[in-house]
Amino acid sequence: MISIDVNSGDATLHVRCYGQNDKPTLVLVHGYPDNSDVWLPLLPCLEQDFYVVLYDVRGAGRSSTPTQGDYSLARLSLDLEAVLDAVSPQQPVHLVGHDWGSIQSWESVTDARLQHRIVSFTSISGPCLDHMGFWLRNRLRRPTFEGLGQVIRQWLHSWYVMLFHLPGTQLLWPLGLARLWPLWLRRTESVQEERCPGRARDGRHGVGLYRANFIRRLLFPRRRSTNIPVQLLVPQQDPYVTPALFYDLKQWVSQLQLVPIAGGHWQPLSCPEELARHLKRFVLSLTTDGVEESRGRYEVAGSVRRFSGKLVLITGAGGGIGRATALAFAQEGAAIVATDINLDAALRTTQLARLHQVRAWAFKTDVGDSHSMQCLADHLQESIGTPDFVINNAGIGMAGGTLQTRDEDWETVLRVNLWGIILGSRLFGEKMVAAGCQGQLVNVVSAAAFSPSRMFPVYATSKAAALMLSECLRAEYSRHHIGVSAICPGFVDTGIAMATRYVNLDPEQEQRQRRKSSQLYRLRGFPPEKVARAIVAAVIQNRALSLVGIEAHFSHWLSRLSPPASRQFAKLDLFSD
Amino acid sequence: MTTTPHTLDQLDLEHFKTLQRLAYDCAETIAAGLQPGVTEREAAQAMKVWLQEHGVDDWFHQPFAWFGDRTAFRGFSGFNPRFYPSGRRLQENMPFILDCAPVMNEVVADIGYSGCLGNNPTLDMLMNDLAQHRSLILEKIRARWSMAEVSRAVDELCRQQGVEPRHKAYPFSVLAHQVGRLRESRTKFSVGRFGLRSLNWLTRASWRSRQQGTSPLWSSGKRSDHAPVPGLWAVEPHLGFGDVGAKFEELLVITEHDAYWLDDDLPHVQRWQRVLQNQVA
Repeated sequence: MISIDVNSGDATLHVRCYGQNDKPTLVLVHGYPDNSDVWLPLLPCLEQDFYVVLYDVRGAGRSSTPTQGDYSLARLSLDLEAVLDAVSPQQPVHLVGHDWGSIQSWESVTDARLQHRIVSFTSISGPCLDHMGFWLRNRLRRPTFEGLGQVIRQWLHSWYVMLFHLPGTQLLWPLGLARLWPLWLRRTESVQEERCPGRARDGRHGVGLYRANFIRRLLFPRRRSTNIPVQLLVPQQDPYVTPALFYDLKQWVSQLQLVPIAGGHWQPLSCPEELARHLKRFVLSLTTDGVEESRGRYEVAGSVRRFSGKLVLITGAGGGIGRATALAFAQEGAAIVATDINLDAALRTTQLARLHQVRAWAFKTDVGDSHSMQCLADHLQESIGTPDFVINNAGIGMAGGTLQTRDEDWETVLRVNLWGIILGSRLFGEKMVAAGCQGQLVNVVSAAAFSPSRMFPVYATSKAAALMLSECLRAEYSRHHIGVSAICPGFVDTGIAMATRYVNLDPEQEQRQRRKSSQLYRLRGFPPEKVARAIVAAVIQNRALSLVGIEAHFSHWLSRLSPPASRQFAKLDLFSD
Repeated sequence: MTTTPHTLDQLDLEHFKTLQRLAYDCAETIAAGLQPGVTEREAAQAMKVWLQEHGVDDWFHQPFAWFGDRTAFRGFSGFNPRFYPSGRRLQENMPFILDCAPVMNEVVADIGYSGCLGNNPTLDMLMNDLAQHRSLILEKIRARWSMAEVSRAVDELCRQQGVEPRHKAYPFSVLAHQVGRLRESRTKFSVGRFGLRSLNWLTRASWRSRQQGTSPLWSSGKRSDHAPVPGLWAVEPHLGFGDVGAKFEELLVITEHDAYWLDDDLPHVQRWQRVLQNQVA
């Protein structure tokens, strides 16, 4: 480790360098109320591959307090420039900022003068204040319920900013806040931090960062864009920065990768390995083509949306509910993996998904075949990544009484409708647990799961088992923070009626019966898009059970309130001529 | 060998073909001149003036123009005033549809032309998808499927393609309607931009058809559940995905035993040929 002091205006900055200087340089800028020690947990993961540079921002750690009290963004950008001059005068660097370190780095990244000195920028939980000013302005000038909701939510998350603007609040730090700080971190983010003796000073002087910039930049934002590749790491449970704050970012950043990550605000302390992995991946994606696919997953082509950076796997995505679900997620910005037994149909789904400016891949997969599913899971893991959401949707229909069915009929239906969900949940569940992914498994079941009927015993049995499996999985996966939802739609006009097998009917009768059912489905007119919306809502709210369509609600409540009545309904046979 | 429908001779068909070409020339000319800021009403009026300058003296219906999300016919169906040209202004990368149906010397054309001011990937996809519909309709009519079954096959193809059959939003949800020589006397009156003469013709055709158990309006409904009716049909599949819609409209000739598109050298067909050539290259 090399330690140097760099003079910059009215302050002296303490800089530490780790690793070999022939490696790519990584400059890490800490936030508030931290000092550069916050990055130390990452060092073991980064030293091998990078020349790592840490420095204490003016007023923090071992850097001096500015004699003229200048904490403006312009001054902070000059500080970074001074550090770059000292540690990497010739070679451009990869810049990483957390919290206020990110806020101040945006100033440099969007400064035309420094564009050639920065190869890439990774921003963690720290928006550009100018971008935030425009974000606020856009939502207040053209108010919508959604936009105003985003503003109010962010405002509630930013309560401390207003606090720091009150006179004297900086004294809270030496008066006890510094001592309480580890407790606060433990309570709010479950982060264990050793007591830092300089915290009172860091916290006290750092208040100057807020006072010098926040209100000015929000009220008078400047148009600041950049062509530097930016990786935005968005912690999903950040108590201070809401993901919606970045929805307009693509307007300012031409090359943007957005990576949603599990956890709270203090990522360098809570998930150093994960953070280091994303830093390496990002730098690698800029220098080689080998990981083009994994870059694609995070690349933001259109605007930043709710599911930007997320990967969704949908089985049976070649049509009906599967395709509608793929498109609903694509519309929200997610990258799509569409699988189907019919590759052309899956390819078509990806073509439609790409119209929403997201990446999409298609695979031919037989969900009931463990080899086929294992291959898919391994291939995804290697080339694209772990899916955040897995939608086990593939299913087939079969009608006809039990006495008319053969062994093969049961095998065919159970293999797809039940075994498909078992394999999908187990194989991808394993990968999600291993990756620490706080995702969601969604099993598309059916209202038939709780509606006994003499008309479709095979189908109903497969779906009832799938529903029970979903409930068991939900209990099991909850400790890994993976949600499991069961979706039970009623009669949805998907085309399943025309593909349903009717046992014991000759082809002509079967075709007639299919047309009849298909007409009934059309008459009901319930589109798969509504089920897709319910699936998206189930993912957002981690719903255990989602009933879609009035008949699903009716059957569910009937089966619970009056099982005898449900049994009477079960005796109906609409298929008899 | 193809034969002509019993009510029309070869010369008649040549006249229909010439007028259809003229209508497409009009749409292409007006489309090429469209600028950002032009309204639907202005575009429709420009088509009307252009066609009148080229000898058109009457209308099956006066020109229509739809811009932006109005091309997808979202939120309006059947007889709805929103169908008519509005003050919507054209913007960069916006799709548009121009539709006109001129009448000249008793001969009718009815065409639909889709385009975009700039670049719109959704429109490109829909235009490519329409190629399959054109082949499908001809193939099934030649196989003597009932007209309703052909229309349902179009619906099924839409389902497979993952697009919406937006022609369902047209009055009577028609995929096509019959046209023929307007032998009725001329009148300058029109009802809702539809020429009184053409409405008269449609009413008579409808009455005649009803007696024969057929319909001059071709849809997926039961009234079209009959064998292909010889004559000229203006076929207009209209596909939609999200906020973008695209269609073509052209004349299909149905004879007693066969069917063929009146003209295979129209802008949308040329476009598919170019796409095919590019793929081969």
